[in-house]
Amino acid sequence: MKVIKHSFDGVIVGAGGAGLRAAIEAAPHMKLAVITKLYPTRSHTGAAQGGMSAALANVEEDNWNWHAFDTVKGSDYLADQPAVDILCKEAIDSVVELEHWGLPFSRLENGKIAQRRFGGHTVKEGEAPAFRACYAADRTGHMILQTLYQKCVSMGVTFFDEFQVLDIKIDDGVCKGVIAYEIATGDIHIFEARAVTFATGGFGKIYKVSSNAHSLTGDGPGILYQKGIPLEDMEFYQFHPTGIYRLGILLSEAARGEGGILRNKDGERFMERYAPSIKDLAPRDMVSRAIATEISEGNGAGPNNDFVYLDLTHLGAETIKQKLPDITDFVRTYVKIEPINEPIPVQPTAHYAMGGIPTDVNARVLSDVTGTVLPGVYSAGESACVSVHGANRLGTNSLLDIVVFGKRAGQSMVDYVSSTKPMALSDNAAEDLTNKIENLMEKDHSLEFSVPRIREELQDTMEENAKIFRSEESLEKQTKILSDLRDRYQNVTISDKGKVFNTELLEAIELEYLLDMSDTTVASALHRKESRGAHSRVDHVERDDKNWLKHSFAFKNGDSVKLEYKDVELGNYEPKERKY
Amino acid sequence: MNVKVNILRYNPETDRKGHWEEYILEADPDERILDLLHKVKWFDDGSLAFRRSCAHGVCGSDAMVVNGENMLACQVLVKEVSTPIKIEPIRGLPVIKDLVVNMDSFFDSYKKVMPYLVNDDEPGERERLQSPEDRDRFEDTTKCILCAACTTSCPVFWTADTYVGPAAIVNAHRFVFDSRDNASKQRLEILKDVDGAFRCRTAFNCTSACPRGIQVTKAIEDVKRETLTIN
Ligand SMILES: Cc1cc2nc3c(=O)[nH]c(=O)nc-3n(C[C@H](O)[C@H](O)[C@H](O)COP(=O)(O)OP(=O)(O)OC[C@H]3O[C@@H](n4cnc5c(N)ncnc54)[C@H](O)[C@@H]3O)c2cc1C
Ligand code: SF4
Ligand code: FES
Repeated sequence: MKVIKHSFDGVIVGAGGAGLRAAIEAAPHMKLAVITKLYPTRSHTGAAQGGMSAALANVEEDNWNWHAFDTVKGSDYLADQPAVDILCKEAIDSVVELEHWGLPFSRLENGKIAQRRFGGHTVKEGEAPAFRACYAADRTGHMILQTLYQKCVSMGVTFFDEFQVLDIKIDDGVCKGVIAYEIATGDIHIFEARAVTFATGGFGKIYKVSSNAHSLTGDGPGILYQKGIPLEDMEFYQFHPTGIYRLGILLSEAARGEGGILRNKDGERFMERYAPSIKDLAPRDMVSRAIATEISEGNGAGPNNDFVYLDLTHLGAETIKQKLPDITDFVRTYVKIEPINEPIPVQPTAHYAMGGIPTDVNARVLSDVTGTVLPGVYSAGESACVSVHGANRLGTNSLLDIVVFGKRAGQSMVDYVSSTKPMALSDNAAEDLTNKIENLMEKDHSLEFSVPRIREELQDTMEENAKIFRSEESLEKQTKILSDLRDRYQNVTISDKGKVFNTELLEAIELEYLLDMSDTTVASALHRKESRGAHSRVDHVERDDKNWLKHSFAFKNGDSVKLEYKDVELGNYEPKERKY
Repeated sequence: MNVKVNILRYNPETDRKGHWEEYILEADPDERILDLLHKVKWFDDGSLAFRRSCAHGVCGSDAMVVNGENMLACQVLVKEVSTPIKIEPIRGLPVIKDLVVNMDSFFDSYKKVMPYLVNDDEPGERERLQSPEDRDRFEDTTKCILCAACTTSCPVFWTADTYVGPAAIVNAHRFVFDSRDNASKQRLEILKDVDGAFRCRTAFNCTSACPRGIQVTKAIEDVKRETLTIN
């Protein structure tokens, strides 16, 4: 295999919102490369729809403390409150900065940035839904991704597009660089870099029905986990209430922010029973549970009683056209119904990883529960767990997270690079990886051990046993299944033995990350004997602050998972019962 | 139902030129063309190469030629196309393997038109103001996902690959008509060039190809007209 060596001060892995924001901060101060397996503008940040919150108070009175309160309450008190304060305080300047860089926000009549309502965001600590989400129709993420990429183009940032990072080099606890695979040629590239940021996004592909892209396979968390770095709060995976039935394509909460209503098979607005004050705009964990409950009680619609309706028919054609053009187009394209006249069949869809690579508020990666920093390694965006989302993220807080902590990752890289000397990697630094690839290539192909077979079983069983409601029984069952799948994965084979655009090879490597993400999710969920936020145990239905106000850290321990715990950092808000 | 799918295959490591392969697939009429490609790749021939990510028409990865027309494979359902379904790579860019083309020149053209906001005035502590009407003037062209369906459907681009192409002009339009931008003149100078907007022969292929419903030809016309005002 051809091996090519490069030397940089810093490398950013991933060119979604978090990676690009980090690049803008770091590029002027060092020799920097952004490495991305997709062209930057193909990143899944571009799929985000509804908005990005900041207490701009453009529509009504608001302040960042209320935003912080909502975020903490939404997190079911698991978020670290000092980090939440940073998120909500820095939100305002972050939105303004994006506007200055050209982001085409929707506007109010007075020319200010338009803001809309979103689930779980309120004024005066719960009084009424707040107009806090800044948006650009229902393509806010697209605009953020485009604007950040445009800014990078104007700055001349160096990109390695369609290069997939497959390994990190850490010697004696210090980062020295990464190894990447060039998709078009099959060449291996060694990148010397003493500062490395992982901004590789989420891992929704562990489930069958998901709003996530095919590329979201947990690469950053997987690479670090295999090196002994723990993953934090993996049991908290968010199911968004309104995915298109069976397809999982997201219909943004903005639909309900603009007045959309969820109905069961009888046309009943069932959220009135589950969250009397804010109804359809309750946080996602509650709405998804409500839908799952309606379905299990026989109130679901359709021949199998397995979906509910999102009703937009009372909003009027004009509002739909102006404010929800894309998501209603998805419905026309994929379901062939007209949402102006007909309610839309929806079901919860796997959406967002609250957990991930543990970091401090400066995006520095932590290697244990006592807060030991891994020098030179950073993470931001959905791959990281700061933790600002705790057990349940509020809508609009991820687009915020990626820019606030993406920027901080860039700053941390600058600080580190300016106080350290370049690191050298030997010419055989890629050996582990080339061996692994050669092994995969040499094995004879067999269908039983093919990537799609193993992956399909993984997704089907995770969907069945580790979704919205979990129990000791379902999680034990899944642990066993995962261990069998892991055994089969040891023999995984591929049919393509070529060098050029061998995406089958890359899917095989990504499958290992999906197994890692599933193992840590299931083990963390099995150990947490309470229900909190997105983690609902039918055999432990209450939240238990006395024993469980802590973050889980899942470590790789041979083929199994070892768990340790770290206390939550509280602040202004004492844990209270969560009612809406 | 069974559908017949013909795919133009090319592997530079083994083939001297492209050749058609036929696949008979069990498919649901509501499935996407992308789902068919996955069926081939996952359960028949793992070496089939194509780009994809989001699977619902927002990332721009999978523009290809289906039954002679440019479209995103993830945005079109089996029941919407006639069989046998013929799938080829988009035209005018070098093929790397199967349905994957080299996009370098496409992105180079995009970068040529200064696709970023230029405004060196002190913006102040809060957002710049922009009326909803001013915002509306460039709404259509903000939607571009750089999929290249327009550029690679353009007969002018097929014969003269130095032409910047519709996608680059769409992205110039997005800034030329943004009331906050101060570099329209520079951008229009670039587009006045021999390989710029005036190469367009209003064939309208680009507009029908655009999966985001952007009025591409109109955007090019707007830019041409604006170019005439800068002298
Ligand atoms: C449909 C949808 C709608 C959403 N709507 C909203 C919303 O309205 N508001 C909100 O706040 N949040 C929303 N979210 C969540 C939010 O969009 C994401 O959490 C966020 O955009 C993640 O950004 P990121 O930069 O961390 O990752 P991504 O944008 O996913 O980028 C990941 C990057 O990593 C690269 N990468 C991955 N692995 C590798 C590797 N091995 N080597 C090299 N590169 C690699 C990819 O190429 C890509 O560039 C939505 C999410 C979805 C799915
Ligand atoms: S204008 Fe339309 S067809 Fe052309 S690149 Fe943009 S989205 Fe694709
Ligand atoms: S896969 Fe993203 S546009 Fe088709």
